[in-house]
Amino acid sequence: MEFISKIFALAVAAIFVQNFVLMRFLGLCPYIGVSKKLDSALGMGMAVIFVMTMASTFTWLIQTYLLIPLKIDFLQTIAFILTIASLVQLVEMIIQKTAPSLHKALGVYLPLITTNCAVLGVAILNINNKLSFIEAILNGLFAGVGFTLVLVLMAGIREKLDKAEIPKAMKGMPIAMIVAGCMALAFLGFSGLKI
Amino acid sequence: MKLISEFSKGFIKENPVFVMALGLCPTLAVTSSVQNAIGMGLAATFVLVCSNLIISIIKKLIPDKIRIPSYIVVIASFVTIVDMVMNAYFPAIHKNLGLFIPLIVVNCIILGRAEAFASKNNVIKSIADGLGMGLGFTLALIVIGGIREVLGAGQFLGHPILPATYKPVLVAILAPGAFIVMGLLMGLMNKFKK
Repeated sequence: MEFISKIFALAVAAIFVQNFVLMRFLGLCPYIGVSKKLDSALGMGMAVIFVMTMASTFTWLIQTYLLIPLKIDFLQTIAFILTIASLVQLVEMIIQKTAPSLHKALGVYLPLITTNCAVLGVAILNINNKLSFIEAILNGLFAGVGFTLVLVLMAGIREKLDKAEIPKAMKGMPIAMIVAGCMALAFLGFSGLKI
Repeated sequence: MKLISEFSKGFIKENPVFVMALGLCPTLAVTSSVQNAIGMGLAATFVLVCSNLIISIIKKLIPDKIRIPSYIVVIASFVTIVDMVMNAYFPAIHKNLGLFIPLIVVNCIILGRAEAFASKNNVIKSIADGLGMGLGFTLALIVIGGIREVLGAGQFLGHPILPATYKPVLVAILAPGAFIVMGLLMGLMNKFKK
């Protein structure tokens, strides 16, 4: 029971209270860049959930069984970014072989994920917060879900925004930033939650 | 003469933050005070100059297919150095910036300059470009950090500058303030560009 409540707290924290995009400012480039259309936002979100979960798993194993026993944990940054880069490459190859249609849908977004700071961010946060193996995997999953949630919400708003009358100078990026600010304001309301 | 233009283009004309919208994550995350903004800006400038230097030296040795992973390894090595040096000499700033120091690795400004500039130009030019872009990034961080700190805390670099009767707009130093200030500044840039 205690385990379940811990997992629940982890989920609420990663998705709402400490949302990766709006509260921690991680993964802003894809958040602003890929939120113009709803379906591409959903595709990107799915790819990120998958890569974040995998990255959490592998980086935790590497940190615990490779870097710490060999006392080379100062190489953490280099080791993690290489793990993520090769993981993304591997995932792309596997999806291309096994599910060509999914690959077509995600195609463009997969390589972009390597430079998504949310992925490296969740890997480092897992280690800094001393999460256990299962918690780290779930944290990666929940962080991805939180990312997808705000990305899809944002895409929905921006599709409507296209038809709105906006001052010329504010079109595109500037108004997207203001909308993100309003969403962050709404998410700030979750910070009162105590579990 | 050309060297000066390589250096100065990073400040206004090709400012990485306001014009090219690169490196948004650290820009918004660390600008709740000017001190953090300067720390982050200088750390990124150091990494940018060093990685530009090394990459422009070894650009002929790197096979084309694996150039991006090679650049990332070069950048990550310098980020590790910055991380350790800051931890040793500036523990307070290191603690404030926290996660965002290792995340300099995935800052798109640095990889972007490596790919777009250092892999095509000679050593001296690459250093000038790295220094200019890095200081341009620092300048943008200081502008955003200054606005947020003055509005949100009534201070600049920790010194109170507004009269005591001023009630700080707390939201400016919280997460939503970062997005809103950034959005308004980008709009302003657009307005004056045309």
